[in-house]
Amino acid sequence: MKLSRMLAIPLRQYYLYKGSTARVVPLLGWVTIDMVLWGFMTRFLSGLGQTQYRFVPALLGAVLFWDFMTRVMFGVTTAFFEDVWSRNFLNVFSSPITVAEYLCGLVTTSIGTSLVALAAMVVVATAAFGLSFAPYGLMLAPFVMVLFLFGIALGIAAIAIVLRLGPAAEWFVWPIPALMAPFCAVYYPVTTLPVAFRWIALLLPPSYVFEGMRAVVSGQDFHGAELVTAFALALVYILLAYWIFSRVFRHALRTGLLARYSAETLN
Amino acid sequence: MNAHKNTEPVLCVQGLRKDYGELRAVNGISFEVGPNEVVGLLGLNGAGKTTTISMILGVLEPTAGSIRIDGLDLAHHRSRALASTGFAAVYAPLPGNLTVYQNLRIFALLYSVKDFPKRAEEVLEEFDLKKFRDEKCGVLSSGEQTRVGLAKAMLNRPRLLLLDEPTASIDPASARDIRKTIRDFSQTKGVGVLWTSHNMYEVEEVCDRVMFLSQGEIILEGDPKALPAQYGKRTLEDLFVSVAREPMGMGDLEA
Repeated sequence: MKLSRMLAIPLRQYYLYKGSTARVVPLLGWVTIDMVLWGFMTRFLSGLGQTQYRFVPALLGAVLFWDFMTRVMFGVTTAFFEDVWSRNFLNVFSSPITVAEYLCGLVTTSIGTSLVALAAMVVVATAAFGLSFAPYGLMLAPFVMVLFLFGIALGIAAIAIVLRLGPAAEWFVWPIPALMAPFCAVYYPVTTLPVAFRWIALLLPPSYVFEGMRAVVSGQDFHGAELVTAFALALVYILLAYWIFSRVFRHALRTGLLARYSAETLN
Repeated sequence: MNAHKNTEPVLCVQGLRKDYGELRAVNGISFEVGPNEVVGLLGLNGAGKTTTISMILGVLEPTAGSIRIDGLDLAHHRSRALASTGFAAVYAPLPGNLTVYQNLRIFALLYSVKDFPKRAEEVLEEFDLKKFRDEKCGVLSSGEQTRVGLAKAMLNRPRLLLLDEPTASIDPASARDIRKTIRDFSQTKGVGVLWTSHNMYEVEEVCDRVMFLSQGEIILEGDPKALPAQYGKRTLEDLFVSVAREPMGMGDLEA
C-alpha cells in the first residue's frame, strides 16, 4: 500500500470542491435542510404533551446520525462517480494504483466530506434547536463508529453495482439509504415493525445503534453485547463489500469493461 | 536506428491472446520493444491494436500469454511494471473539470513522481503548455488536451511509452513538434515507444520498426522505409491498403 497513490483520490476531490460551488452547496445544503425540517418536526412533537419522551435528542439526534451515515456512503460513491463522469477509469487504472489503494482513497475522501457535513448538522441542530450531545459525551463514539463502518460498506457495495452494470446504474445508488431506513429503526423502535420484518432489522447494524441511542438518551440500560454485534456485523459487511468489489473489478478486467467504461448501460 | 539493440527489451510480449467468447480479438502475438526504439502498431479499426495496448496497460486481462515491462511480469508485479509505463490516447483525455496543473499533480501522486514541481515545469515546457497551466482541461482545444495527455504520459519518465494515435487531433505543425519531442525522448532516455497511428507518413518518419496487425495477428513486420519496396509497393500507405484489403494474401506478396 503506497500512501501517495491513495492520497491522489482525496486530493482530486479537494480540487473539485475548491473549484466548484455546485459541489459544495449540496454537501452542506441537504443536511442543513434535513436538520431544519426535522428540527421543526421535533419542536411540534414536543409540544403535543408527551413530556416523558425527549424528542430533540431521540428524533433529531437520530436523523443527524442517519444523515451522517448516508453522507459517509455518498462520500465513497460520489468520489467514484467523479471517475465515471469524467471517463477517467482508463487513466486511473492504467496507473500503478491498486484496488485496495483506490478504495482507501475513496474512504479517505468520504471521511473528509462526511465530517464537514456532520459539523454543519451539529451547528444547525445545536444553534437552532438546542440539540446537545454533551450529556452523553464519549458514549456516543462507538455508535458513530458503527454507522461510519456501515456507511463505508454500503458505499463500496454501491460502486461495485455501478462498475458491474454501467454508469446508468448510478440511479440504483441514490435511493439505497431510503430503502434501508424503514428497517434500521431510525425513527421508531424495532418492535414497531411487523414481526416478519424484524429479522431484516437484526441483520442491519444501524438498528442496534438507534435502539442503543434511544436507550442512552432515555436513561435506560443498553447492553454492550448488542454494540459488539453491531460492530461485528459492520465489519462483516465491509469485508463482504470489499470482496464483491474485487470480484466485480476482476470481471471488468476480464471482459474489457474497464477499458471501455463509457457506454450508457452494460450487461 | 536502434542504438541499444543488445540490451534487454523494455516490453516483451509472448503468445498474447484475448478471446471475447467465440471472438478471438488477439491471436497469440509475440513481439518486443527495445530501449531507444519506436515501434509502430498498424492495422485497420478492429484489428486488435487497442486490445493489445489495453492488455499491456493492465486494464484488460489476457486469455493467454505474458507481458513483461522493463523485466517485470505484469501479471505478478502490476504496480511496479506500470510505474515505469506512460500512456496517452485521444480517447482517454484527462478530467476536464481540473486544471492542467491539478491533473499533473494527481497523476504525479499516482505514479509516485518525486520531484514533481520541477518535473511539472519540464513537461509543461516540452509540450508548450505553460500558458494553460491553470486552465481547466475541459476548455482546451482537442489538440491542447492531447498535449496535456502526452505531458501526463511523460511525467514519470517512463521506460515504456504507449501512444494510441497521439497526434490524431493535432495540427500538422504541433504534430511535427510532438513527433520530434517523443523521438528525442526515446533516443536520449532509452525509452521504448509503442505507437499506433493511421497516418503512414508519420509512422514512416517516427518509427524504427512497424508491425501490421490484422484479425489479431501480426502479419508483417519490418523497417517502415524498407517494407514497401520489399513487397513491391511504392509507399507505406499502399502497403497498408494492400494488407487491409487482402490480409490473408500477404504471403503472395513476395519480399
